[in-house]
Amino acid sequence: MAANSADKFSVLLPTYNERENLPLVVWLLVRIFQESGNNFEIIIIDDGSPDGTQDVAKQLEKIYGPDKILLRPRPRKLGLGTAYIHGMKHATGNFIVIMDADLSHHPKFIPEFIRKQKEGNFDIVSGTRYKGNGGVYGWDLKRKLISRGANFITQVLLRPGASDLTGSFRLYRKEVLQKLMEKCVSKGYVFQMEMIVRARQLGYTIGEVPISFVDRVYGESKLGGNEIVSFLKGLLTLFATT
Amino acid sequence: MTKLGQWLCGFALLGSAWAALALAPPGLQLPTPFRQALLPLPVYLLVTFGCYSLATVGYRLATFNDCEEAAAELQEQISAARADLSRRGLRF
Repeated sequence: MAANSADKFSVLLPTYNERENLPLVVWLLVRIFQESGNNFEIIIIDDGSPDGTQDVAKQLEKIYGPDKILLRPRPRKLGLGTAYIHGMKHATGNFIVIMDADLSHHPKFIPEFIRKQKEGNFDIVSGTRYKGNGGVYGWDLKRKLISRGANFITQVLLRPGASDLTGSFRLYRKEVLQKLMEKCVSKGYVFQMEMIVRARQLGYTIGEVPISFVDRVYGESKLGGNEIVSFLKGLLTLFATT
Repeated sequence: MTKLGQWLCGFALLGSAWAALALAPPGLQLPTPFRQALLPLPVYLLVTFGCYSLATVGYRLATFNDCEEAAAELQEQISAARADLSRRGLRF
């Protein structure tokens, strides 16, 4: 695949207790980018993980080189939004990829994001679990129902023009992400939703690529009543303010 | 205008149109059949929307793809990654 040598892709990996998964996701990222011939860097923003994530990150920096693996840690858990801002300060690419570091997002989709971006000259390319052959693995019926239900309510209320609002596997033009970070104020799932809503308000174009989301955290309920309540509060806030 | 604003405007417009037509004073009323259909219309629309919602969410739930192959492929790649990284000197 012909690569535009002027483009560089900065992958932002906020991590917290990802000692097990970080080497694996970095290995996959390096392989994917080397195969596709694109210029890249991986910025690891660890929030003071107590499980030794930073040790593993330092080893990866030695193996792959400090020009490809950039360690930009923070002293403690300071939130995803600020992790992106912090990471972007050190990013030398003109495109930013944001994704989860726990292998729920597979780097193999990044070349597809890049292809889609070129195809439509999009400002943002968002991975979607809800369209095409996108999907999930490891979710029970209840989890899927909550997901589809929440997405339906979001579509009705916000009419966002994107099928997967709470997804966090996306490619942004760097200046677009910077602009959006200035404007977004929410936290958690709602933060990802707000990015898309604000992007539409500002007239940015959004392309979509189906992705598979592999949830390996079996048995651990990541979606409790509290999360649902705060999601709804955040959704209603966006409904009333955007 | 915010989405909430749009919804309020929409409801205000439709609501006042409905009220004007359905609750008009005797002199300005539409023929009886029309009024009989118009009065419960908001409730009918609500019920229709409720059915549409259930059907849509139900359909999307049933057609939610399960990525079996992706999970299997990932497992293989994890093994390959661990082997290669050990070779390169990573201490897990």
